[in-house]
Amino acid sequence: MILRLLFTAALLITVGAPSVHAVEPSERLADPALEARARSLSQELRCLVCQNQSIDESNAELAHDLRVLLRQRLVAGDTDQQVLDYIATRYGVFVLLDPPFAPVTWLLWLTPPLLVLGAGGLLLMRARRRHLDPAMPGLTPEEDTRAALLLGDQR
Amino acid sequence: MLVEIGHFALVLALLVAAAQGTVPLVGASVRSRPLMDLATSAALVQFGLVALAFAIFMHAHIVSDFSVRNVFENSHSAKPMLYKVTGVWGSHEGSMMLWVLMLTLFGGLVAGFGRSLPTTLRARTLAIQGLLGFGTLLFIIATSNPFDRLLPAPADGRDLNPLLQDPGLAFHPPFLYFGYVGFSITYSFAIAALIEGRVDAQWARWVRPWALCAWCGLTVGIALGSWWAYYVLGWGGWWYWDPVENASFMPWLLGTALLHSAVVVEKRESLQRWTVLLAILTFGMSLIGTFLVRSGVLTSVHSFAVDPTRGVFILVLIALVIGGGLLLYALRAPGLEAGHPFAPVSREGALVLNNLLLSAGMATVFLGTFYPLFAEVWSGVKLSVGPQYFNATFVPILAPGIVAMVIGPVLAWRRGNLARALRRLAPALVGALLAPFFVFLFDRTAPPAALAGVALAVWAMLGVLTDLADRCDLGKLALTTTWRRLCHLPRGTWGYALAHFGVGVLIAGIVVSTAWRSERIETMHPGQTIEIAGRTLRFVGVTEGDVANYHAQRAQIIVERSGRAAMTLYPERRWYPVARSQTTNTAIATNGFGDLYLALGDPDGKGGWVLRAYYNPLVPWIWFGAVLAALGGLVSLSDRWLRLRLPASRAAAAVAARPVDSR
Repeated sequence: MILRLLFTAALLITVGAPSVHAVEPSERLADPALEARARSLSQELRCLVCQNQSIDESNAELAHDLRVLLRQRLVAGDTDQQVLDYIATRYGVFVLLDPPFAPVTWLLWLTPPLLVLGAGGLLLMRARRRHLDPAMPGLTPEEDTRAALLLGDQR
Repeated sequence: MLVEIGHFALVLALLVAAAQGTVPLVGASVRSRPLMDLATSAALVQFGLVALAFAIFMHAHIVSDFSVRNVFENSHSAKPMLYKVTGVWGSHEGSMMLWVLMLTLFGGLVAGFGRSLPTTLRARTLAIQGLLGFGTLLFIIATSNPFDRLLPAPADGRDLNPLLQDPGLAFHPPFLYFGYVGFSITYSFAIAALIEGRVDAQWARWVRPWALCAWCGLTVGIALGSWWAYYVLGWGGWWYWDPVENASFMPWLLGTALLHSAVVVEKRESLQRWTVLLAILTFGMSLIGTFLVRSGVLTSVHSFAVDPTRGVFILVLIALVIGGGLLLYALRAPGLEAGHPFAPVSREGALVLNNLLLSAGMATVFLGTFYPLFAEVWSGVKLSVGPQYFNATFVPILAPGIVAMVIGPVLAWRRGNLARALRRLAPALVGALLAPFFVFLFDRTAPPAALAGVALAVWAMLGVLTDLADRCDLGKLALTTTWRRLCHLPRGTWGYALAHFGVGVLIAGIVVSTAWRSERIETMHPGQTIEIAGRTLRFVGVTEGDVANYHAQRAQIIVERSGRAAMTLYPERRWYPVARSQTTNTAIATNGFGDLYLALGDPDGKGGWVLRAYYNPLVPWIWFGAVLAALGGLVSLSDRWLRLRLPASRAAAAVAARPVDSR
């Protein structure tokens, strides 16, 4: 009981928000597997009249139309990629939130891995060169024992 | 009259900033004490004048003086008092005032508390801060005057965007700007050090508290912003990779890198050049963030200011600040002392890896944010870069950093032993490997990415605990001795432990809430029930009424657990007639381990209402984690603050007693 009280000593918040309303119950498909695909696809499509939202999150008229359209394509038997292509050819690539790997986006997709690998490799090479540099020799065994003596039992 | 005084104070502050930005620089190069001392008094006077202008601006908002254009455009006499006060920074002009207030505040703080700094370094730092103040004040006076009059005065105002009439958003900007603009002082310190041609451990000791201060503010600011997005946007998301969020995230990433590389400069006199570069770039990112938000160059949920003249002005300011800083860096950095060498596997090595990954992560966010703009200019193609891109690139870059975050603090400086470190971390390692296995037993459909995320979160949290236990020899000594050791750990250690543990909590929140959230979206009629996450929601009905400056439609929903009513929630929709906009007000019940999240949708016209119900497990941990991290920063700050305020003589003695380097 005390536990329940603690757990329901809930913090209630009511605060302001824009009226953002995603998928409507009326749009939903009866087949749960198809509906799940529709939901994940609608998160990849941009609502063109909104500022920065997917059609899954938007309550705009256009977003509603696109949600219905993509469900029609799914029911007609399109694959996920076919649905995306279908909508992109009609509304432009701007509608795709997940930018496809194409010549315009090569730089976008390749820069991050190349950056990490390039900078990492450079640092490792430098570190190895410096490491081999006799300017920083490790301690000799005698120095090691002396250091251990001086430090006593402290680490 | 008062309003004109405010305007006048701003102009005076501009003149003081001009003097502060030039005279001490001359003074420092000819070693003239009085000219250098001008910096201190000018910084304090500049802060006083800006604070006065800010107070007068706030007063105009509080008394609803609609003869001031900004008040007319952003306020309304019926607006609640809290939002009259916080509405001050709800507009473009007001947020720039807040920006310059923070800028001069940091200058004033250095002038007030930086008495132990060498005279030339202090004079030069404050002069650079003065130049930054000059640029910002000029921008405000020339393009965004908050004291613009409107005559004759209208009878009432247009009201603040209802979205901004919210406690979360009301306090988000002050923290965010404190952080953003706080990095101006590390920039000034870096430029001053470049002019002096000297970056050493002592410099890092002076700079680190300021960087910590700014970092804590930015962390809290971003967390508040994300919390706001979570409870306001009505579908339970908390991070959107929106350009405006990225704008604050980029300086945070670089600022985090800066904090860590400054440790290396302070403890080991290594990485000096890199640290100076980071200090320049971190503030550069703050400016770019301001540009993103203030110019409206990228359309986004948050951009409420669109004016190209302002954008061009800020762009020139950015070019001068970053370009000038980098030019000076290119000229002076080669002359800086080279750092002490270290092996790749060492605490320095781990911190370098942390810096590499944080910077690469920042570059990725930058690329993703600006790529649509670049692509449109180059090839005319309008494309979008959504959350999918950032999840696919940023997350894999940062994940190894989390692994290293636990190992780094256990490694020795200069040359560490990875095998020994892992042996010390054995309990954490075992926990991190077992946790996903247990989760899998509970949920056989769990995606591999979520299991990896769970392992990472457990690794981060247990890693800190293991290290703490190890530091006070838990299990090897009597418990009372261990306890005493734990209490006597330096505050810096506690700061690190809190912050790193917070990151673990944050990751747990992100992973669990993303992978295991449940959702129900249904049209509800009075008396109808739905089930979600072991709870029954009974829809009682919707009542309507007028409250303050809005019209409300309020649903009553009884939450039942095992057949008994546990609580009642009231999600609502509000219509603001003056601003002509509709908002959704979610109802959230949290027990610290999960949120039941309800949002009321449209009526269907046949007596039914759309109800969106979500159960978001562990989502509050996202903000707990961020708060823990900021708290860690504060604890660490209290440590350095005490050390900084050592009597000057003792500090000087400590400097003299430092062993002279043989190299």
